[in-house]
Amino acid sequence: MLDFIQQLGRSGFDFFQRLGRASILFGHILAGVPSMILRFPLVIQQLYSVGVLSLLIVLVSGLFVGMVLGLQGYNTLVDFGAEESLGVMVSISLVTELGPVVAALLFAGRAGSALTAEIGLMKATEQLSAMEMMAIDPIRRVLTPRFFAGFISMPLLAAIFSAIGILGGHLVGVALLGVDEGAYWSQMQASVDFYDDIMNGVIKSIVFGVVVTWIAVFEGYDAIPTSEGVSRATTRTVVHSSLAILGLDFILTAIMF
Amino acid sequence: MNTRNTEIIVGLFIALGLAALFMLAMKASNLNIYDDNTGYEITANFDDVSGLKIKSAVTMSGVRIGRVSDITFDSEMFEAVVKIRIENQYKTLPKDTSASIYTAGLLGEKYVGLEAGGDDENLQQGDKLKLTQSSLVLEKLISRFVDSFVDKDKDDK
Repeated sequence: MLDFIQQLGRSGFDFFQRLGRASILFGHILAGVPSMILRFPLVIQQLYSVGVLSLLIVLVSGLFVGMVLGLQGYNTLVDFGAEESLGVMVSISLVTELGPVVAALLFAGRAGSALTAEIGLMKATEQLSAMEMMAIDPIRRVLTPRFFAGFISMPLLAAIFSAIGILGGHLVGVALLGVDEGAYWSQMQASVDFYDDIMNGVIKSIVFGVVVTWIAVFEGYDAIPTSEGVSRATTRTVVHSSLAILGLDFILTAIMF
Repeated sequence: MNTRNTEIIVGLFIALGLAALFMLAMKASNLNIYDDNTGYEITANFDDVSGLKIKSAVTMSGVRIGRVSDITFDSEMFEAVVKIRIENQYKTLPKDTSASIYTAGLLGEKYVGLEAGGDDENLQQGDKLKLTQSSLVLEKLISRFVDSFVDKDKDDK
């Protein structure tokens, strides 16, 4: 019994220690932003591996999520004779909820895990220590560009997800099921507000981008430098960032809408 | 992959993201309509505006010509003051235009319907509509309906 309580307290302390380390790292990463702007090619390299390589999965999932929304929404709305509102339903659910959240979950799985594995392996193969030996700060050279690239790509990916999803809903609703094309767009334009809906979706995706890349970069930097430690860190990245996305989504929705 | 190709692809990615945002702004939302604060504002007092919201449509002959920009309560007259912003291209509304609050469909959104009068002068910024008709509240109608039955019963006795 006493052992159990001891262990509980220990894991509690461990948790806060990790949170503290993560926050300190976050500060270091932000401190590296000014010097990183001078070395912008590094960011472009990371934008390619973080953003461009996640583009395909985001495009395909966005299209299918939009098509499912169109189909499901049509079947529900047609019972009430309200299939003209399909555009509103598809666009509001995509822009405010599904776009930022699903894109962030995909981003965590595709880019976050890759970031953790890459940084963890750099640590395991002592590349980070080698950089320190050459008086190069690995946080500024390795972590900050990756963090910044995630911060930039996440809102763009979420916007692409929503846009392609609306087109997917249009494909199913208008082209296949025969909802009136004019009603699809005009009802959407009448009820979606740029500031209340679209900008809030963008704010959400920026927050998710920061949190996911922060977790990914920290887990990689903090990984135990063995093959097992790196694999655990990669798993933790996906699990923790998914939980963080869903939890934060609730809080942000409660605050903004 | 060499640097130049990477840069081109990243540039395309950023452009695609911005294009998606632009499409959301222009095609999926009403940024181009809501955002212009042009047009002129008139006010109208109603006894009851229940269901009317800011940004509700203002129509004339069924065509949207403006939006409700503000709803406040006048505590001296005990009336609701509705500010209506009408788009600049509709400048020639007569001064004795009347306003009523209608419902789109049976349970749909409320909107303000304007009807033109016959005055020679046109509405200007800050003018007030004198002829108004309040929104229809279902509960009031039902209670009036029930009351009329009760009264009838009393008369019979």
